Amino acid sequence: MHSQVTVRVNGTRVVVPSGTTVAVAMVRAGEPCRTSVSGEPRGPLCGMGICFECRVTIGGIPHCRSCQVLCEQGMEVTTEN
Amino acid sequence: MAAAARAAECGVRVGIVDDNFRLGGQIWRGESDGRQKTDASPWAERVRASGVTVLCGLRVAHQQESGVLVAETPNGFCELTYEKLVLATGARERFLPFPGWTLPNVMGAGGLQAMVKCGLPIRGKRVVVAGTGPLLLAVAAYLHQHGAEVMMICEQAAWADLASFVLALFRWPGKILQGIRLKRDLAGVPFAENSWPLAAHGQQTLESVTISHAGKAESIPCDYLACGFHLVPNIELPSLLGCAVANGCVQVDDFQRTTVPSVFCAGEPTGVGGVESALIEGQIAGLAAAGRVTEAEALLGERRKARRFARLLDRTFRLRSELRGLPLSETLVCRCEDVSYSRLRQHSSWRAAKLHTRCGMGPCQGRVCGPATQFLFKWNPDSVRPPVFPVRVETLAAVTGQLPAQYSEVTGGQ
Repeated sequence: MHSQVTVRVNGTRVVVPSGTTVAVAMVRAGEPCRTSVSGEPRGPLCGMGICFECRVTIGGIPHCRSCQVLCEQGMEVTTEN
Repeated sequence: MAAAARAAECGVRVGIVDDNFRLGGQIWRGESDGRQKTDASPWAERVRASGVTVLCGLRVAHQQESGVLVAETPNGFCELTYEKLVLATGARERFLPFPGWTLPNVMGAGGLQAMVKCGLPIRGKRVVVAGTGPLLLAVAAYLHQHGAEVMMICEQAAWADLASFVLALFRWPGKILQGIRLKRDLAGVPFAENSWPLAAHGQQTLESVTISHAGKAESIPCDYLACGFHLVPNIELPSLLGCAVANGCVQVDDFQRTTVPSVFCAGEPTGVGGVESALIEGQIAGLAAAGRVTEAEALLGERRKARRFARLLDRTFRLRSELRGLPLSETLVCRCEDVSYSRLRQHSSWRAAKLHTRCGMGPCQGRVCGPATQFLFKWNPDSVRPPVFPVRVETLAAVTGQLPAQYSEVTGGQ
């Protein structure tokens, strides 16, 4: 198992320790998780899968709660619009 | 975990179904995976040793029929059948709206701690911890230990309430020890009672926080605001199953039995009392579900004591009315649907607000704005409907028993 994992956040490579959630990778990259219905940038709020503020698109699949998903090598993550 | 271990040790077949990717809920969060010894370790060991089946990453969304739950998995869904069910759905933080609370890096207090536990670097970061409840101190101590610069802990409760809380702790010697440990861990961290956030500022992300402190506004530059106003029991799943709820808590008898036969409930959903209380209730529920009522009876004294602590928490950390004045007209209250305070103010009930503004109808299904509007406007939540969490179309189709062929092709089927 790798001790570090590389993911791509909005096209930019981000290296994180294994065991890191995608929500953390987004914050580390300084990228919002989603854009709200009125256009505000949003990041994680509850950190436990309740609030859905951290939802992102992972590997083309939308609405993934990034705080409940661990980073995997080569994962493609994008801010959800 | 306590319920599962105690039940499995009685020789019955037990499975844990957990929404999280690691066992241990929000407090222990995978600390139970054996890498280091923590409070979670003995229970994790008992769960392992007693042969409990652990299913992580499964989110229960619906009860198909009595005794059959439907849960979503990372790539599909499954049915779970049970004879006895112990619900331990925990609690979430209560969030209250104030200007700027939707900015990235404004998180829950437990929310930020969870993020740090999941790899967020915090060393050298400036953090303001605000809101109410004992969680603030625990979070501040954790962040401080991990190298964060905790700029201020803002507790909205009044000094008199906090003082009587500390005095009342004599009944719980364990809590006094915890308190002393916390005080030591928080040496040098500024603490303010009668203090709360007025506004968070920043362009794309948080830059500073204005707090009310001793009646004056004070601006504090920071990287993160960790803000939560105590906890709200997660009663959606128990409600869906038909368990009676009163004052926001699932109603249980001495043996943690809900009003629904064969369904038990333990921990925060029955009243926020913390981890010790949850462990006692979990054990009682596990034993009672396995039919060992006499053994469960031995724990009832401890349970009563834990209950008293829950009531003390409620009393000490009740929200002051000034917090109702925090949102401005344009402050968003519903974060999913971006519904402002001024739009909500025009309505007289949660139902009316939902129908006219879509408040509470986004993905979180009112889990964030529901408790907030309950405090701001004294609105009561409506009944819970399935699914209790947003699910994929294929799950929904399976639940209703009608999966049209074209959907099965589109989604790949299951």
